Amino acid sequence: MSDAMLRLEGVHTHIGRYHILHGVDFTVPRGQLTMLLGRNGAGKTTTLRTIMGLWQASKGRVIFDDRDITALPTPDIACSGIAYVPENMGIFADLTVRENMILAAREGEIDPHRLKWIFGLFPALEKFWSLAAGSLSGGQKQMLAIARAIVEPRQLLLIDEPTKGLAPAIIMNMIQAFKELKSTGVTILLVEQNFLAAKMLGDTVAVMDDGRIVHRGEMAELAEDKVLQQKLLGLSMDAHQ
Amino acid sequence: MLPANPLHSLLSGDYPRSRVLAATLFIILVCLAFAPFLFPGSQPINVAAKICVFVILVASYDLLLGYTGIVSFAHTMFYGIGGYGVAIAMYNFSPTWSAMGIGVVAALILSMALALVIGLFSLRVRAIFFAMITLAVASAFAILASQLNEITGGEDGRSYRIPEMLRPGFRLFDEPVLGVMINGRILTYYLIFFSALILFLLALRVVNSPFGRVLQAIRENDFRAEALGYRVLVYRSIANCLSAGMATLAGVLMAIWLRYTGPDTTLSFAIMIDILLMVVIGGMGTLYGAVLGATIFILAQNYLQVLMGELSDALAAAGIPLLPALFHADRWLLWLGILFVLSVYFFPVGIVGKLRQLRS
Amino acid sequence: MTVATATAADNATLPKVKIDWLPAMLVPILALAALPLVGSFSTWVTLTVAALAMGMMIFLMASGLTLVFGLMDVLNFGHGVFISFGAYVSLIALGPLAGWVASDNIGLNILVLLACIAVAMLVTGGLGWAFERIVIRPVYGQHLKQILITMGGMIVAEQMIHVIWGASPIPLRLPEGLRGAIVIGDAAMERYRVIAVVLGLLVFGAMHVMLNRTKIGLLIRAGVENAEMVEALGYRIRRLFVGVFIAGSALAGLGGVLWAFYRQTLTAGMGMEVNVLIFIVIIIGGLGSVGGCFVGALLVALVANYTGFLVPKLALGSSIMLMVLILLWRPQGLYPVAKR
Repeated sequence: MSDAMLRLEGVHTHIGRYHILHGVDFTVPRGQLTMLLGRNGAGKTTTLRTIMGLWQASKGRVIFDDRDITALPTPDIACSGIAYVPENMGIFADLTVRENMILAAREGEIDPHRLKWIFGLFPALEKFWSLAAGSLSGGQKQMLAIARAIVEPRQLLLIDEPTKGLAPAIIMNMIQAFKELKSTGVTILLVEQNFLAAKMLGDTVAVMDDGRIVHRGEMAELAEDKVLQQKLLGLSMDAHQ
Repeated sequence: MLPANPLHSLLSGDYPRSRVLAATLFIILVCLAFAPFLFPGSQPINVAAKICVFVILVASYDLLLGYTGIVSFAHTMFYGIGGYGVAIAMYNFSPTWSAMGIGVVAALILSMALALVIGLFSLRVRAIFFAMITLAVASAFAILASQLNEITGGEDGRSYRIPEMLRPGFRLFDEPVLGVMINGRILTYYLIFFSALILFLLALRVVNSPFGRVLQAIRENDFRAEALGYRVLVYRSIANCLSAGMATLAGVLMAIWLRYTGPDTTLSFAIMIDILLMVVIGGMGTLYGAVLGATIFILAQNYLQVLMGELSDALAAAGIPLLPALFHADRWLLWLGILFVLSVYFFPVGIVGKLRQLRS
Repeated sequence: MTVATATAADNATLPKVKIDWLPAMLVPILALAALPLVGSFSTWVTLTVAALAMGMMIFLMASGLTLVFGLMDVLNFGHGVFISFGAYVSLIALGPLAGWVASDNIGLNILVLLACIAVAMLVTGGLGWAFERIVIRPVYGQHLKQILITMGGMIVAEQMIHVIWGASPIPLRLPEGLRGAIVIGDAAMERYRVIAVVLGLLVFGAMHVMLNRTKIGLLIRAGVENAEMVEALGYRIRRLFVGVFIAGSALAGLGGVLWAFYRQTLTAGMGMEVNVLIFIVIIIGGLGSVGGCFVGALLVALVANYTGFLVPKLALGSSIMLMVLILLWRPQGLYPVAKR
C-alpha cells in the first residue's frame, strides 16, 4: 500500500478540438487533504472529471490505490471507492433529501450511526429530510451534496468548489465540517478558489495553470511565501476572503 | 490574370468537385433541358417536370436542414400554400397571367409570414421541440385545408384552367420542331424547367454568400456563433423564410403543371417523408444532393416499381416463399427506406458527399 | 413546482410543500364544465367514459416515449412502430383462441385480451431491444440523426407489416362477451371501454408504485434529471436505459392492442397516425413526466370527444389548440421535470 492514494501521470485531456490538460502530473497523499488551486479556466474541474472518467484522458494514466483506472467507465470508478461532488452539486431536485441519500448509499441501507454523525455536521438535512431537495437553499444543497459523498465510508473524496457562492457564515460551517471529516482519515482532493478555506484545510497543495501543474508542495510553505503566492495565483492568499 | 470565368459566377464558386458528380449532373441537365425531344410521350415529360419541381423543393429543404441544421416537418405546408395560391387564383378569377401573379405573390407573403411566426416562436426552443411543433402545425394546416371546402375545395382539391399559352391546345408554331409539336404543354414544361434552373442557381448563390457561411457556422456550433456576435435567432428566421419561399414557388410550379391542387398532392405527410429521403440520400448540405436525390427518387417511383414488379412475378413463378412479397412493386418504399437508414449511418454525407470523398 | 425557499439560517421554519394539483384538477374541471354544454347527463356519461378509455390508451402508448426521452434524451420518432406491431401481433394469439373469442363468457374473453396483450408485449419488447441496439445506440447524443433514423426505421417497419400481413386493412373482431354496453338508467357505457379504463388505471398505478417506491424507480427519476450524476454515484445507468426502452416499447405494444380492438381494424399506418397525437400529449404533459403524460392524455381525449360532439369541425384541430393553450400557460408542459 503506497503513500499515494491517487496518482496522475502525464494526463492529457481533449474535449472536442480543445486540448485542455497538457500532461498533468501530481500525487494525492493518503489520509491528507490536497488543495487544487488555480485561476479560472486552469483546468481544475477538467482534472476532476477526468479522474472520475466523465471525460476520457487522451494520454497518460490515472492510478487509484495502485490500480489503473484510466480507462474504466465512471460507475466502476465510483464503485472502487471514489466519491465525487461536482461544481453544480448534482443534486436531484425532484427527489427528497432522503431519496438523494438513499441513492448515494449503494449498500442499500444507511447506517444509522453514520447518519447521526452527518446530521451533527449538517443539521438542516435532518430538518428537510422528507422534502424535495430542490426546495433547499444554496448552502443546504451543498451540504446535501457532501453528505451524499460521505454517507458511506469512501477512500477518496473529489470535491469541486464547495464554497462557491455561499455566505461567509455558511463557509465557516463548511470549513468546520471538513475539519471534522479530515479527522476520520479520509483522503480528500479539494478544488477551491477561496484561499482562506484553502489555508485552513490544506495539508498539501497543487497549483494549476493552463492545464499543467505549476507548483506542488506543502500548504504551510505556500501560506508563508507571499511572493510565490503572487506569482502563482496572481494575488496574496490573505487578500481573498 | 485569369479571364473572368462565367461558370464560376454562375455556380457561385460551388463546383461539383468530383468528375463523376459533374458528369452525372451534366447528363441530368441535358436530359431535362431536352426532355420533350429526347423522350417523347406524356409519361416521360411528366416525370421530367416532377423532377424539376422536386429539385427545388428538396433544395429548399436542404437549405434548412443541411445548411442551417434545422429539422422541420412543416415544409409541405409551404409547398401546399404555393399550390393553393395558384389554385384559388385560377379558380376564382379568370385564368390570366395577372391573376396568377396575384396568387403567387399572396402565397409567398403568407408563407413567409408563417415561416417568420413559427421561427420566432419556436427557434428559441430545443431542436426536438421545434421538430415536434412543426409536425403539429403541418397537421393542423392539412386539417384546415380539408375543412375549408369553399376556399380550398376540401378533400377533393381544386381543378382549374391555366393561362391560354400554357394549355395543351395552344400551338406556338404550326409545324413540329424536331418531330415534336410545340404546344402549351411543352411551353409549360420549359417555364418550369427554366424557373427551376434559375431558382437553383439562386440557391447556390445564397449558400455561398457570407450569409450562407454564417448559417453553416451556426449549424456547427450555435453558441460560438452567438458569442462571435451573430444573432442566431435572426439568421435562422431568415433561413426559415427563404426556405419557405422557395418551397412555395415549387408548389406554384407543380400547380401550373398538374392544373390541380389537393391535400394529397401537396400536404400529405408521405410527401414530407419523400423529401427527407431525397435530401438524405442525395447528400445534406450540398444542394447538388437535391438534384441527385430528386432524380433517383422520382425515377425509382415511376420506373423501379415496374422492374420490381417483374422481379416479384418471376420469384413467385419460381415458387420461392416470402421474396415475392419483399419485391412486390408496392414495396419500393421499403427499399428506399432501407437505403435511407443506411445513408444516415454510412453516408451521412449522401451520394454527393461520397463521390466527393472518393475523388480526394 | 413552486415551493417557498428556506432562508440560510438553519433555524428557519420548514417550507410549505405544495403538491401541484392544479394540472391534475383540470381533468375533472373540464369534464364537469362540459356537462352543461352537452346538456343531457346520459350523453355526457357516454362521452366521458369513451374519452377516458381513449385517454388511457393514448397514455399507454405515450408513456414509454416520454420516459425514454426524459431518461435517455432520445426522441424516437418511430415510436408508432411498436404500436402497429403490437396490434398486428395479437393476430397470432387470436388464431388458436378463436373459440374463446366467439364465446359469451366474459372471463374467457378477458383471457383472450390478456393473451393478446402478453404476446404483443413480448414481441414489441423484443423489437424494442433490437431497435435500441441497432438503430438508436449508434446515434446517442445526435438529435438530428436520431430524428432521421427513427423516421426511417418507421418507414421500413410499416412496409414490413405490408410484407408480412398484406396491404389491406384486417378486421379485428372484439370477443363476444366484451361487445355491447352496460346501461345504467339512461346512460350507456360500452363494456370494452370500461375495461380499457380499468386496465389503464391498473397500469398507471403499477407504474406510479414502481417509480416512487422502488430503487429502480428512484434511479429512473434521478436519471431523468441528471444521468451523469447517477453514474458518478456508481450505477451503470446505460443498462437501465435499455430496460426502460424495452419497457416503453412493450407499453406501446399494449396500447396498440387495446387501440386495435377499439377501432376493430388493423391498418399498417395506424401507429403513424397516432404519432402526432402522442407527441402532442407528451409535450402537454412535460417531456419525461409520466404523471404529466397521464393528465395530458386524458385532457386531449376529453377535449377531442367533447368537441367531436359539440363542434365536429373543430374536433381534429382541438388537440393542437389545447397544446397551444397549455404551452402559453406553462411553456415546459404541465409537469416539467427539473433538468440539469
